[in-house]
Amino acid sequence: MSALRVVLRDIRLVAARDLRIEARARVVVDQVLPFAVLVLVLFGFALDADHRTLRTFAPGLFWVAVLLSALLAVQRSATLDAADGTGDALRMSGLPPVARYLGRAAAVLVQLLVLEAVLVGGLVVLYGVSVEDWLLLGVAGLVAGVAVAAAGTLYGALALGLGARDTLLPVLVLPVLAPVLIGATRAFDDALGSAAVDGWAWTGLLAIAALVLTVVGASAHGALVED
Amino acid sequence: MVELRAAVALLGRFPALSGVDLTIHAGETVLLRGPNGAGKTTLLHLCAGLLRPESGSVQVLDHDLTDGAGRRSVRRRVALLGHTTGLYEDLTVGENLRFWARAAGLSTVDADRRLDDARKRLEVSDRLVDQPVHTLSAGQRRRTSLAALLARRPDLWLLDEPHAGLDQSGRDLVDGLIGDAVAAGGTVVVSSHELDRVAALSPRMVTLAGGAVVDGSGVDVPPPVTEPSIGQEDS
Repeated sequence: MSALRVVLRDIRLVAARDLRIEARARVVVDQVLPFAVLVLVLFGFALDADHRTLRTFAPGLFWVAVLLSALLAVQRSATLDAADGTGDALRMSGLPPVARYLGRAAAVLVQLLVLEAVLVGGLVVLYGVSVEDWLLLGVAGLVAGVAVAAAGTLYGALALGLGARDTLLPVLVLPVLAPVLIGATRAFDDALGSAAVDGWAWTGLLAIAALVLTVVGASAHGALVED
Repeated sequence: MVELRAAVALLGRFPALSGVDLTIHAGETVLLRGPNGAGKTTLLHLCAGLLRPESGSVQVLDHDLTDGAGRRSVRRRVALLGHTTGLYEDLTVGENLRFWARAAGLSTVDADRRLDDARKRLEVSDRLVDQPVHTLSAGQRRRTSLAALLARRPDLWLLDEPHAGLDQSGRDLVDGLIGDAVAAGGTVVVSSHELDRVAALSPRMVTLAGGAVVDGSGVDVPPPVTEPSIGQEDS
């Protein structure tokens, strides 16, 4: 079996493990998703339930809700390797760190895409938003999700290694994701018709950010988890 | 097989091992003994490649563990049973076993075959296979951990209090497992406070105190009068 096929097999193995655990524990479904919807509702209260204002700010509110909720999902994901010696067992297993990183990031991405889908529904129902470009919305959501999953997985491992995961992760990862927030919000501005911007150009920038974060994460993750 | 010279290892800033000299040859079964805090667990972790030696030399299975690549390489050939189980609570026993076997690089067919053998050897019942780990007793978890390690067929076993949490039949199984490993040409290092039980399996003892080996020549123990293990019967 070629080296690439072995790595792809290992990525699938890790991603399937994380998704299976999530399917059993239902942390994202029972806790993260309700939290995300609650954030949207609270934004609505804060902005006095004015639909015009909500529609204008919906893209930014959406991505703030995604990022805050993603922190919970990433923290949960990272702590899987802190429970009962599983981290050391992984180090002893021979699984390449790059496969562990990409597999975990893929599982986080799947959870984020579910989260985004639910929140788009929330925007439509709660804020009265209409989607003008579904393709742009989907592509921008996917690409930004990759960026968030890539950075979140790396910094989740870093925070876990530093032993302060519950408090340190937001401080570490949110500044890194600020450019993603800006790009994703602009792309959604276009997709939702909130502002006249070139959403595809912003999506292109998001793709570059996602690629850079993934490459950096895959390169740095081994140093964080192996020694 | 295992050779340490003036090996120093830190836990944080604390020198948990301070100049350990130790040689273990292939095929040996060695009992590590010593009071709590003597450095037994740290020594096992050092030999497993989980800790970086601060100074001195550490060679395990012909890998230099002062080097990161050496530590990563040796980990794949070593089984470490520590105080934790290394199992995912929300996965079933079968899912955990399959995951760890596949993570060790085994094909699906090989993994299934070896896991069948390991489960039978450790008497992990079919009923248990579909149970989530969080529903298991401590002893059942221990057996599951051992089954996962056994499927990897390691060259070096590092067992930290392997009898802890096991009932009598489980303890006998661990003894049989150690016998099997040695019969198959493997090397076993056991840290245990159950001196009588392990002494019957190990002709050589290494005593640690204060992070150093104070008696590496071993204590003479009468040869065990025990029934041969299952693996020995097979061979």
